Amino acid sequence: MNVLWDQQIIALLSGIVGLLLLGSAVGLVLDRSVQTDSGRLVVANLNARVRAWWVMTAVFVAALATGGIGSVILFGLTSFIALREFITLTPTHRADHRTLFWAFFVFVPIQYYLVATHWYGLFVIFIPVYAFLFVPVRSVLAGDTQDFLARTAKIQWGLMVAVYCVSHAPALLMLQIPGYEGENAKLLLYLIVVVQLSDVLQYVFGKTLGRHKIVPKVSPNKTWEGTVGGIAAATLVGALLWWATPFSPWEAAGIALIVNLAGFAGGLCMSAIKRDRGIKDFGTLIEGHGGVMDRIDSLCFAAPLFFHMVRYSYT
Amino acid sequence: MNEAPVYSPPPRHWTAAFGAGLLVTLTRLVAGAQARWVGAAPASTQRVYFANHSSHLDALVLWAALPPGLRACTRPVAAGDYWDRPGLRGWIARNLLNAVLVDRSSARGGREALTRLSEALAEGASLILFPEGTRGDGITIGELKPGLYFVAKERPDLEVVPVYLQNLCRILPKGEILPVPLLGSSTFGPPIRLDPGEGRRAFLDRARNALIALGGQP
Repeated sequence: MNVLWDQQIIALLSGIVGLLLLGSAVGLVLDRSVQTDSGRLVVANLNARVRAWWVMTAVFVAALATGGIGSVILFGLTSFIALREFITLTPTHRADHRTLFWAFFVFVPIQYYLVATHWYGLFVIFIPVYAFLFVPVRSVLAGDTQDFLARTAKIQWGLMVAVYCVSHAPALLMLQIPGYEGENAKLLLYLIVVVQLSDVLQYVFGKTLGRHKIVPKVSPNKTWEGTVGGIAAATLVGALLWWATPFSPWEAAGIALIVNLAGFAGGLCMSAIKRDRGIKDFGTLIEGHGGVMDRIDSLCFAAPLFFHMVRYSYT
Repeated sequence: MNEAPVYSPPPRHWTAAFGAGLLVTLTRLVAGAQARWVGAAPASTQRVYFANHSSHLDALVLWAALPPGLRACTRPVAAGDYWDRPGLRGWIARNLLNAVLVDRSSARGGREALTRLSEALAEGASLILFPEGTRGDGITIGELKPGLYFVAKERPDLEVVPVYLQNLCRILPKGEILPVPLLGSSTFGPPIRLDPGEGRRAFLDRARNALIALGGQP
């Protein structure tokens, strides 16, 4: 599928670049004005995040520009790295070695092959059915019963969250929406913009207004003020961008709200996993953000919901 | 005590230089190979690094985790029966890793191995040692063989740096051929030195505890 470089996608991209310029400018001003040591750390992290956003945007837009295949490859690599971070942190046994080899080098490529070939029927059940059943069988053949259920469940979780859920984002390109043919790239861009903007706005509202913690035991940085403010603002942006989607303004608002709530839930669940393992981030690949899994935790939960809402209601 | 000269690595053919760069990139892709300097800073002084051993990737990962300048003057000490083979593996060991290949099979091999280490130290090279001698299960750290003690005794002026290698046993465990690309890491701990009058057992126990303090299990 070729991307249609229409005025709408140019407008979306210009908006993103405008936001990044704004972020860099704010970072520069804060860098000049900050006085305390702790403030300096926050600002340094903020600037690292903005720099990483420039890079991530460039990579994503380059992938989008190739048409379908670039996006499929980009999200496939993202899944691969996220699975790598996830499995690294969840202890598996020696007996799971071959199972893990299958997960990385067979299941990830097949899932994205199904996305690339628009094979919806198998795409939607491949990991929940076939990989789900294969994982315990391969591990049990290795003959180690200690923590068997926990070990298999961890691998299944990793595959579901890092591969299956994430693959729903590029799968948006396979949907046949009447009157929206050839414009699906905008739908993918819309999802990413709304989800990531929600993360950014929750961070901004949290840092500026945050007082009351939601679940301090899980995530000390998530406050009611940050979450409600961030989700409300991102939902408003999602509604205002309705022109880039097949949705009406009110539909866009509803869909953006659901996507943002799912994203928040994703961030919270992944925080619980990190807290349980006693670590702050899944990895170190993205400066200021942590690992790839830290950046896409909200997308993992939001992408499948968004995909199915669009598929049931608009195709 | 004798000061060693500054080590100058043997001149390399461009294929070896290119191969070494490729090997570092490949190692990072497959095994992550993140370096955490928690107790020691990277320094070009002559040192002996010693690490826990659970995978054929260990020497490669620790070597790749070093900054390029240090990598060139640091030689892994590797088992000849695995690395000294005709073909690609032997070429990598000799030309890319610049490994000190030792024979660990025969009884006479032990003394010969120590001679090889002494020679390499006298040339000024830093060494990477795996004093457990053989690959463990990846969970517990085994008893350390005396080689590390002899090295420390011969050159008490050198810093002996403990390095804990994490997750390598999960990436390429004993008996497997295909790696699973998890994220491995090398944690460099505070250096130790042989105390005057310290016995073999006491020093080796202290060295083993240094690895345990960095994350290993007794």
